[in-house]
Amino acid sequence: MISHKAGEHAAIALTLDGAPVVEQAPPRMLLSDFLRQACGKTEVHVGCEHGVCGACTVRVDGRPVRSCLMFAVQVAGHRVETVASLGTRDDLSMLQRQFHEHHALQCGFCTPGILSSAQAFLEEHTDPTEREVVEMLSGHLCRCTGYRAIIDAVLACARERREGIS
Amino acid sequence: MKPARFDYYLPSTLEEALAKLSELGSEGKVLAGGQSLVPMLNMRIAQPAALIDINGLVELDAVACENGALRVGATVRQSTLERSDAALGQVPLLAQALPLIGHWQTRNRGTLCGSLAHADPSAELPLLLAVLDGSVEVHSSRGARTIAARDLFVSFFTTSLEADELIVAAYVPVAPARRCYAFDEVAQRHGDFALVSVACAAEFDEQGALAYLTLALGGASEVPLVVETADALGRHADRELIAALAERASVACDPPSDHHASAAFRRQLVRTLTGRMLTALLRREEAAAT
Repeated sequence: MISHKAGEHAAIALTLDGAPVVEQAPPRMLLSDFLRQACGKTEVHVGCEHGVCGACTVRVDGRPVRSCLMFAVQVAGHRVETVASLGTRDDLSMLQRQFHEHHALQCGFCTPGILSSAQAFLEEHTDPTEREVVEMLSGHLCRCTGYRAIIDAVLACARERREGIS
Repeated sequence: MKPARFDYYLPSTLEEALAKLSELGSEGKVLAGGQSLVPMLNMRIAQPAALIDINGLVELDAVACENGALRVGATVRQSTLERSDAALGQVPLLAQALPLIGHWQTRNRGTLCGSLAHADPSAELPLLLAVLDGSVEVHSSRGARTIAARDLFVSFFTTSLEADELIVAAYVPVAPARRCYAFDEVAQRHGDFALVSVACAAEFDEQGALAYLTLALGGASEVPLVVETADALGRHADRELIAALAERASVACDPPSDHHASAAFRRQLVRTLTGRMLTALLRREEAAAT
């Protein structure tokens, strides 16, 4: 049985955005704080810290989850992807480009979490309905856009992905 | 918004987990999906001395059909059930209830058994287990036992589990051929805690009379409340009977008053939802018969 005493730092080895990483964290350190403070992934935004706002959403073993509702020690041996795995400033991913073109963000605080969810969603749903997109987005709070442009960007990305495949 | 300090244990076998739980007693908390527990830790509503993370117990991550019930292991994610056509086919009420729980992102971590152990009276899955008359398989280092839904939920956030016991699996009965189901709730926003929720399982005979009826309410009492309906059996579910059952449900419950809604408003919601749900089931049955 693996055990870590309170306050003692444990070495956590994981695959982070495709690269092997080993960093230290005490048991009580949230995955969100670990990603920002130990791993330097400040793209992970911390909002409500109780699972409501969705800003800290990352993918663990492919599935989008709240990183504020997991502990760093729980991702040892697992695969974590932040929004940094999508694209770069000079080479945006298809989803990021559609967000840019649709003006699907304003202040940008919620955007990393939404992009992480939407990317996983589009990998599962090749031809989503607007209702399905809205339900996926219901797990994220955005106070700037009114969501309309985000929905349009996700639907446009789904269309572009389908056209790319056919 | 940071949890207090705790010791962390990640057992690799069920025996290790049960031994640690027995050693720690009420000082130890089981961590499954964490979607209810971790917010409580972050807000320091809960400050256990130790967490026992059962996510390393791969044998608990299994869904099987056994003796007329779906056996759902303790680490099976809600979204795994939602994606399983087999599970949704065997327990059609899951297809109605699961999308109402939190959000896709929390269902990707949250578990069925964890929600049962948490015993939030407004949560969907305790209500589902109650209306389907399911049970849980509970283990401790002293042995194993089965607890029926009606004996599991004791009060707000309180179950009949002992401090050294772990829910290893939930048994959700497979739907009989003619049984029909409904699940609905009123929440202020999709994914919020429901103000009240209502679940129903019914069966009509060839003449359209009620051959089976279970009606249960969530968020309206300290535990999921099964409403007495035995006297409705054999009767035709006409408008009068449906109104009487809806009225009885609204009187039987004991909903809280808080800043979201008054008890009177919650009773009204119970009455409306129950009536609407029974009417919809009857219409569906009539449409199927013609």
